[in-house]
Amino acid sequence: MGTANEMSGHVFHPGHQELHGITVVVTTSGNATFVGRFDREDDTLAYLKDVGVHRGPETWDVYLERTKLYGIKVDHRELTVPRGEITAITRLRDA
Amino acid sequence: MYDPRLVQPMRNETVAMGLKELTTVAEVDDALANQSGTALVLVNSVCGCAAGTARPALRVALGHSVTPDQVYSVFAGVDTDATGRARSYFGEEFQPSSPSMALIRDGEVVAMLHRHMIEGRSPDDIAADLTTAFDKHCGSTV
Repeated sequence: MGTANEMSGHVFHPGHQELHGITVVVTTSGNATFVGRFDREDDTLAYLKDVGVHRGPETWDVYLERTKLYGIKVDHRELTVPRGEITAITRLRDA
Repeated sequence: MYDPRLVQPMRNETVAMGLKELTTVAEVDDALANQSGTALVLVNSVCGCAAGTARPALRVALGHSVTPDQVYSVFAGVDTDATGRARSYFGEEFQPSSPSMALIRDGEVVAMLHRHMIEGRSPDDIAADLTTAFDKHCGSTV
């Protein structure tokens, strides 16, 4: 097997924030946990795309396992989360 | 819809590595209806953040000793009808993402590499996941 450390194609938005385009789990101080593609954040909000929301009654572990296996069942194409409510942002792959 | 001139290099890249492009619903049906053996479908994307590593990863993986019988690509956000049709063959449980790759055996998805399993990783790491799936589902190396 060869190696391929290079990327191909074109990144449309150079200089973006570190997590831009990465699928993340956003945990909050409220009863909702969000899974979606991180777009950007500013002083007050984090902006997510193609977001699934977990609020129960299904356990988080079951929701997470299904999401990793089958992908995100999207509840919101775009969603903003107040940064003051965010307790953690983790890559879905690492969750 | 993306400018065809922008997308063409990404199409060329997949064709150069041996993938057959499926650009219409009819082409998808011809390829995946009554599919037997193994087939990999790349859901290509203009997203450089993830597809920019997915394509090189697939190129490396296709150099492995065990590979799928057929390799196809559809282009999300470009050939939207064909992409939707291809996803219909993946089954209702699998949620759409792009880029992604589905490994199909006898009409059933046996492995899926979602976008979240691609983004932020090196092509070699992604290729390792692919070749593991090839070894498991596409035949024996013995």
